[in-house]
Amino acid sequence: MRVWKYGDDINTDLLFPGKYTYTCATPDEIRPHLLEDLDPEFAGGVREGDIIMAGKNFGCGSSREQPVVGLRAVGIQAVVAGSFSRIFYRAAINQGLLLVECSEAVYAYREGDKVEIDAREGVITVGESSYRFPGLPDEMLAIRDAGGLLNYTLQKLERERGMA
Amino acid sequence: MGMTFAEKVLAKASGNESVVPGQVVTVRPDHLLTHDNTAPIIKKVENELLKYGVCDPELPIIVLDHVSPAANEKAAAQHKSVREFVKSQGIRHFYDVGMGICHQLVMEEGLAGPGKLIVGSDSHSCTYGAIGAFSTGIDRTEAACLLLTGETWLRVPHSIKITLSGRLRPPVAAKDLMLAIIRELGADGANYCSVEFHGGIDALTMDDRIAMCNMAVEMGAKNAAFPVDEIAVEYMNVNRATGEPLWADADAKYVAEYSFDLDSLVPLVAIPHRVDNVRPAAELGDITIHQAFLGTCTNGRLSDLHEAARILKGRSISPDCRLLTVPASKKVLDEALADGTIAALSAAGSLILPSGCGPCMGAHQGVLAPGEACISTANRNFRGRMGCVEADIYLASPATVAASAIHGRITDPREEYRA
Repeated sequence: MRVWKYGDDINTDLLFPGKYTYTCATPDEIRPHLLEDLDPEFAGGVREGDIIMAGKNFGCGSSREQPVVGLRAVGIQAVVAGSFSRIFYRAAINQGLLLVECSEAVYAYREGDKVEIDAREGVITVGESSYRFPGLPDEMLAIRDAGGLLNYTLQKLERERGMA
Repeated sequence: MGMTFAEKVLAKASGNESVVPGQVVTVRPDHLLTHDNTAPIIKKVENELLKYGVCDPELPIIVLDHVSPAANEKAAAQHKSVREFVKSQGIRHFYDVGMGICHQLVMEEGLAGPGKLIVGSDSHSCTYGAIGAFSTGIDRTEAACLLLTGETWLRVPHSIKITLSGRLRPPVAAKDLMLAIIRELGADGANYCSVEFHGGIDALTMDDRIAMCNMAVEMGAKNAAFPVDEIAVEYMNVNRATGEPLWADADAKYVAEYSFDLDSLVPLVAIPHRVDNVRPAAELGDITIHQAFLGTCTNGRLSDLHEAARILKGRSISPDCRLLTVPASKKVLDEALADGTIAALSAAGSLILPSGCGPCMGAHQGVLAPGEACISTANRNFRGRMGCVEADIYLASPATVAASAIHGRITDPREEYRA
């Protein structure tokens, strides 16, 4: 597990440049451009289970789900930040990407610290210290449990109209 | 207890008598806006669309504006698939390339109205609060699901009250006011919140209000709204918009309150690479500009073009600077052609580009080179936004952009008014 640490107000243009928005949609198309203008080492170096830590207002800017789709595809375990922008937050729920809102954990982290996240209990451990973070409301848990909004919706449609 | 604007609209839309901040409600929006990203959206639910169809052909508003006209084969193929989808599903609210920018068209076509609930797969969908709608951005996957079900969830936001007083003193513009507000609240100062504008709003035109609501997302707002007054009603009559005005009760509860005095404002500029990094134009020193950009969903309306033309008429832009003008819609273009505004801008040296989003997000038309700086009427100056990570973007009003184009450096437009 590696922690990729960034600052405040990491916007969606930095996570996935706007110039690719209308030509890249699949994980394979998205992957090489992830965080391109923020950290050129990220796309080549990220591994399954890695964590992103950042300051406040992560994901601000355009409605752009490629960063979320991309971070899921490369196996990012969670994004831990002081706060998230709301469209990014919705996109993460819809794609099943775990977001942890916990500024104490971000402040506490020192390079090399081991970070463990228990999403069910809402506990994040950084080095020797543990911090609580708020769990998701039921509506959003249902979406996550279904494997994302698309599955959730299709299952619902199948139930409601599939029989007709 | 009294309710805020957001609480009233979301209570009504969810069939509740009242709602409280934090509550999650299920709603059926009046409209769903999508643009060039419609192609990937419909691809997500291809089979289900074949099986079930769009839940209501009146729901979607689709505008091809972001890479318009298509800049490459891939964009062209996406546009083509959207046109086929529109035909096959009988979608009425469709605007092909060149008709304009989605947010401008939603307003112009009267699709946004008081008390309506509109969601869009574009962050600037918060624009329609200018006419008393509750409108907000969602993502592509949600838009795909909405096409099928017409239903989504929204969390009832806390609200922020912003009270305005005084009048703008031209060339100080609504853009300067919004930059002042974002400077004060910060890039996340309204995160998850509904922003309500109160006080002397009769000092602001509909174009002013549209520009302000458009930029509310730059301080994290879920939505922003003005009450419906005579100015809004007049606009509704022209654009044939309908709706039922809703507004906050006098005893509604807010998480924060701010006041802004329009009289005391000066021309402002957001400097790279943050929208809340705002300074007076007059205090910036000598900053060379290689490109000036007049347009976008923030400031591409007829009044914006008029303001720029007023400064540029009979003048020439600097030989070391390019000026790009992108009218926000075909209607704006036609009106600006008819009243001589386009001729004045062109004579001053501006390129006139097709109505659409143009260079705003760096996909085509006016991409910057490393080391270049652009002053733009757009809403974002993020690093890499205009296609080049080693370029600087400054945000300002149409007057400041025009004055800066003349000198090839950032210029307080009051200098040109005095000249």
